[in-house]
Amino acid sequence: MNRYPLWKYIVIAVCLLLGAFYTLPNYYGNEPAVQISSDRSSITMDASSVQTVEGILSLGKIPYHSVKLEGKNVNVRFSDVDIQTKGATALREQLGESYTVAQNLLPRSPAWFASLHALPMYLGLDLRGGVHFLLQMDNKAAFGKAMERNASDVRSTLREKKVPYESVSRQGNEVRIVFPDAVARTKGKDEISSRVPDLFLKEVQDGNVPTLIASLRPEALQKRQELDIKQNLSTLRKRVNELGVAEPIIQQQGEGRIVVQLPGIQDTARAKQILGRTATLELHMADFSEVELGQALNGQVPLGWDLLRERDGAPVLVRKNVVLTGEYITEASAGFDDHGRAAVHMTLDARGAHIFQQLTRENIKKRMAILLIEKGQAEVITAPTIQDEIGGGRVQITGMRNPEEANDVALLLRAGALAAPMEIIEERTVGPSLGKDNIERGFNSTMIGFAAIAFFMMLYYRVFGVIASAALAVNVLFLIGILSALQATLTLPGIAGIALTVGMAIDANVLIFERIREELRNGNSPQAAINSGFDRAWDTIFDSNITTLIVGVFLFWLGSGPVRGFAVVLCIGIITSMFSAVTVSRGIVNLTYGRSKKLAGLSIG
Amino acid sequence: MELFRIKKDIPFMKYAKGTGIVSAATFVIAVAFLVFQGLNLGVDFTGGTVMEVRYEQAAEIQGIREYLATHGYSDASVQNFGPSQDVLVRLAVKPGVTSAKLSEDVLAVLKQQKPGVKLQRVEFVGPQVGQELLYDGSLALLAVSAGIVLYLAVRFEWRFAVGAIVATFHDVVIIAGMFAAFRWEFSLTVLAALLAILGYSVNDTVVVFDRIRENFRKMRKGTVPEIIDNAITQTLSRTVITHVTTQLMVFSMLFLGGEILYYFALALTIGIVVGTYSSVLVASPIVMWLGISRDDFIKVDKKPEAEVLP
Repeated sequence: MNRYPLWKYIVIAVCLLLGAFYTLPNYYGNEPAVQISSDRSSITMDASSVQTVEGILSLGKIPYHSVKLEGKNVNVRFSDVDIQTKGATALREQLGESYTVAQNLLPRSPAWFASLHALPMYLGLDLRGGVHFLLQMDNKAAFGKAMERNASDVRSTLREKKVPYESVSRQGNEVRIVFPDAVARTKGKDEISSRVPDLFLKEVQDGNVPTLIASLRPEALQKRQELDIKQNLSTLRKRVNELGVAEPIIQQQGEGRIVVQLPGIQDTARAKQILGRTATLELHMADFSEVELGQALNGQVPLGWDLLRERDGAPVLVRKNVVLTGEYITEASAGFDDHGRAAVHMTLDARGAHIFQQLTRENIKKRMAILLIEKGQAEVITAPTIQDEIGGGRVQITGMRNPEEANDVALLLRAGALAAPMEIIEERTVGPSLGKDNIERGFNSTMIGFAAIAFFMMLYYRVFGVIASAALAVNVLFLIGILSALQATLTLPGIAGIALTVGMAIDANVLIFERIREELRNGNSPQAAINSGFDRAWDTIFDSNITTLIVGVFLFWLGSGPVRGFAVVLCIGIITSMFSAVTVSRGIVNLTYGRSKKLAGLSIG
Repeated sequence: MELFRIKKDIPFMKYAKGTGIVSAATFVIAVAFLVFQGLNLGVDFTGGTVMEVRYEQAAEIQGIREYLATHGYSDASVQNFGPSQDVLVRLAVKPGVTSAKLSEDVLAVLKQQKPGVKLQRVEFVGPQVGQELLYDGSLALLAVSAGIVLYLAVRFEWRFAVGAIVATFHDVVIIAGMFAAFRWEFSLTVLAALLAILGYSVNDTVVVFDRIRENFRKMRKGTVPEIIDNAITQTLSRTVITHVTTQLMVFSMLFLGGEILYYFALALTIGIVVGTYSSVLVASPIVMWLGISRDDFIKVDKKPEAEVLP
């Protein structure tokens, strides 16, 4: 009766092998590495890139373990974090802007492990060090800006179409337009609804005064918010790239919030600075002559001008005077011009269109520059030549080399013009040394606790205690294997969860063994005692584990960050403990005792 | 090795009235502490900034506090955190200052005083996020309780469910009360520990109830108190052994796990002890007082009564 069919042993063996395989990468561990990839799709990493990298490192006398081309990246592995930082700095300086140099932890296990998805556990920020931000969009400010624009659009529409009105004012999230009479109001409503379709217009009678109340249509509002978030996401991604972090997490969380996680980053102050930058867009005239440019390049920049470089390096002289700011730009996207060449389409609001029309009328065949200003530094996005007077606010910027460049330019235009301001509402930063400390402490305490439990069990339950300890070890193996394979995030509370699981898993075995002892005391034969011990205890084990599972599930659902890590470990741990404490330990018991026909007694203490 | 060879059942239920009074009294005291003293809520729930910094040598708390006060941070709370070189600086939410910047400013001030100071970690929680975490945490507590009650009511019987939930609620309140009384920091991880205790304590209660149910079915004779006593006595060894083993692990965490896990392990320790007590001396008496009887377990086929028809 205490015999398992062969297939059960095979299942256990297979599980053990899988568990061991997926746990193995953790023994190899991670090592600090630098990943180099190219920003431009035109440049690919290849063998020559490897040589270049090696050259830079040997020039700087920076020791490294290896430089390898892996996928789209060139990965350089170092022996410790300080050398890694030195290497990253050197490579960043030498390779320049078109490459992204990112610091990361890469698994030491052979590459074929990774192809089977066997990786070391994904360490959370509190174990790896790094920064976690939760950003909230300041919707009120963004909304306000949008309504201001709409108000000015309404004003210019009414003026243009010669509709008489008394006043146009913004009140909170609405625009109030007062008309002299109902006829004017009707005309006004028609004109506004055709020129500014995003507005929802309502006719009211305010006292005896015919008024029109304009508010943003809910769909338009929704679209605006979505665009804002998408815009901010892409701006943040670009900025995070600058920081050189591999595997950053930049995601929308709920409505209007973005979570940014930068693992492994050392300089957290710099990260905050870069993420918090606000960019503005400015339009300047760049109508310089060759002579003036020559002077500037020789070191004498003429008064009232700035010498800047375009994205491809060509020098431009830009007037210091701002003629148009980014708040008039409502949209910018990449597309194609009439001849099918890559171009950028830019839309200005009514007032901006007006200004722009005047500007272009007066400056045909002259150059202008669109600048992105961040933290006082100006970057030239594009410096096109004005071909023609442009009215209506729809601007086409041609001369893009390819669709990718059109995309880049459109992105930059949007980054400067449209970002809704963001506020950091939550931050968790852990320095790298603390991360290492946490891992050490966490695992040490778990190991020592495990040893203490195993010792006690062996003392109290003799051979069965040894079996229980073996089952416990198998439990931990499965737990770590599953966590590694799933790449679930391991946090410090997660390690505590592993410890707790170990402490609680032993309960199942204690239940079984106490039952077996009781049966023996009642006079049952050893084989029968083993059988009923396992049988009777199963119901209780199931019930008690389910309740803890309920806790785990709710904690996972309602928790966040580190607590969620704890919940994941708890849930998986309960399931593995049920399997190992019952099936695996029974398997071992069966192998040990099941064969003996005449079992005199059990070494169960 | 056997520590619990008990020949006769321990008459737990005889003392039920006495232990009931003790439990009720401690419960009331715990509630009093919670209401009048309040929990020392961590920054996760109140919002604010916490910085952990490490000095090259043992830190002088008073000096740091005064230095921060003279530089505009008089409301900063400074305390030791584990080894004498580690210091925890707590700052409330300052309206008007982006709190992300606040930690950098404070660090700059600290660096002025002692240039070798290093930032170990920063936690900043905005007030709305703090409120959300508090709300979510309370919701989790309620949801877990509801889930457990439901499960027990389905699996056992409503009296058991009530008994279990009262015992578990008692545990949670006692632990929270102790945290309030001793002003230990109640953070998000402590809340997670509390919820884990909820599950663990119900574990215990379920084991006892399981045995009670089995006994009702097996034991032909015996009053309700006797059956319960028998169940508890029989499971006593299992209860104590399990708790000892779990506690071994928790002690390891308590003494070796570092500062961050300290209060987490503390909550677990108290929870394990209180949990044992409540499963035996709170849950079972309640089940008894609610009038459990053998009929609740044995479904008797009711023979249709013979009727005398007119």
